[in-house]
Amino acid sequence: MIKPVVLIIDDEIPIQKLLKIALESHDFKVIQAYSGKEGLALAASHLPDAILLDIGLPDMTGHEVLKELAAWFNRSIIMLSVQNSEEDIVQALDQGATDYLTKPFRTGELLARIRTAIRRNASDKLAAQWTFQNLQIDLGARTVRKDDAMLKLTQTEFNLLVLFAKNEGRVLTHQQILKEIWGVGAQLETQYLRVFVGTLRKKIEDNPNRPVHIITENGVGYRFQS
Amino acid sequence: MKWAPKSQYLLAISTVSLCAIGCYVFADFLGYHAVALLLLMLTSLLAMVLDLIPMVIAATLSALIWNFFFIPPRFTFHISYSEDLLLFLLYFVIAMMGGILTVKIRQAEAKARDKEEKEASIHLYNTLLNSLSHELRTPISTIIGAVDTLGDQEVNLGESQKEELFHTIQSASLRLNQQVENLLNMSRLESGVLKLSMDWIDLEEWSFGLLGRMRMESYQPNLKINLQQALPLVRLDVGIMDIILGNLIRNSVQYAGSEVTIQLQLSLSQELLEIQLTDDGPGFPEELIPIVFDKFYRLPNTKPGGTGLGLSIVKGYVEAHHGDISLSNKPKSGCLFIIRIPVETSYVNMLKHD
Repeated sequence: MIKPVVLIIDDEIPIQKLLKIALESHDFKVIQAYSGKEGLALAASHLPDAILLDIGLPDMTGHEVLKELAAWFNRSIIMLSVQNSEEDIVQALDQGATDYLTKPFRTGELLARIRTAIRRNASDKLAAQWTFQNLQIDLGARTVRKDDAMLKLTQTEFNLLVLFAKNEGRVLTHQQILKEIWGVGAQLETQYLRVFVGTLRKKIEDNPNRPVHIITENGVGYRFQS
Repeated sequence: MKWAPKSQYLLAISTVSLCAIGCYVFADFLGYHAVALLLLMLTSLLAMVLDLIPMVIAATLSALIWNFFFIPPRFTFHISYSEDLLLFLLYFVIAMMGGILTVKIRQAEAKARDKEEKEASIHLYNTLLNSLSHELRTPISTIIGAVDTLGDQEVNLGESQKEELFHTIQSASLRLNQQVENLLNMSRLESGVLKLSMDWIDLEEWSFGLLGRMRMESYQPNLKINLQQALPLVRLDVGIMDIILGNLIRNSVQYAGSEVTIQLQLSLSQELLEIQLTDDGPGFPEELIPIVFDKFYRLPNTKPGGTGLGLSIVKGYVEAHHGDISLSNKPKSGCLFIIRIPVETSYVNMLKHD
């Protein structure tokens, strides 16, 4: 079996060491870069399955690295950031990062995110039917089944669910979702988004108060997972 | 009150002139001696708000005006009687001295106040350092000790002992993280540049989400959530609301133990969000309730683990939302926190859509 390759771009040596051990012991191949330039070079030469990118780097910011990667790298990029920087995170996600973790994070959480990220690369975005545990989405027939029972979704709820599903494991910012579903111009109305996510959750989640599919990322957006 | 230099000059010249005009109108009735007293009274009043130079100008101007317009022969600077000359000189000296002394006293007072404030902040800083060195070092030494033991080749540890050490490291680092978090929050509040990032939130989603996040940091409070029916969306800073409620819940667990039952109740009436949090712990000693929100205050005989910052951060963040917080004991046992925050509401979620 070929081990999935993870590139870590972070200038903190202890974090690098820790992540390398944690990832290698779970059957990932790890390559390490300590600066933005080195990271870009290694990304191009090794084509990793996922990149862990620290926002604060010595030679260039994580945002600049993202901008360069956005031109050609289409696999998952997980940003690592320090706490209390929602603006940074939203900016990074809008620039093409697929997910983020704030330091300090739990290793279990990191591994789960990387696995989802790598599965995302492989998932077939062109398929006509998607299955997420007990949820089945049929794009052609525009139907959704939960535990084999047909769900009645409104047009907007369906579009929202498809957008989420297409971006499984990826954090979508409020603005990204609003733009996709309601078009440019509706971009400040996060209250509508809250309402539709609420009604969608009531239909697809077993317990809408403890959602397992549509996860809220406070101050940032939503993440869909199976 | 502190006036800008320009408006100080303006104030000095305009009030002296106005007073002089008033006196001029009633000059025959008042007589020029009373005018001197009136002007003198004005300059003493001015001394309470003016700086030194505008004060000197006010005193000089009023003396000259008195001389020119009022002392006979009027409309000349000439003074005929030696008695009047003496009065004029006395007037000048009294106005100057009174003014200058008052200004000096005010300056000395301001200096003393500054010094007091500086001393208070030094005291606060020392308290912070003491509290910090203890509360940060405890988890740090726990971690160092546990890691040393685990790495010691000569010690033969059993599996359960190893597990216990790992668990110790885990909880010490989480505790350390929480302490740092609180310090960052406190400095955000103290810096005075706290900017709320308001967003629409669904209170039901938020409160249950918070419960989930508390579980992730290995707090397992027995928390019951009670929501008013059909709550609208409200605009709040979610991150800060998390800190407010998170700190209150951690505080309950800290003081009442992990077996405590906490009830959270959210209701809204007329754009005022009311959050009630009660627990069934021992409650607070009545006489200490007024001071528990003070910085670094910790109840006597409590378990270590807090910085004494938790509740003052809660209060600071509630006030940043223009709200208020109160604490009382319940009749039988346990305490009740009530937070009231004015919020913008949106009933868009009550509308039929599509």
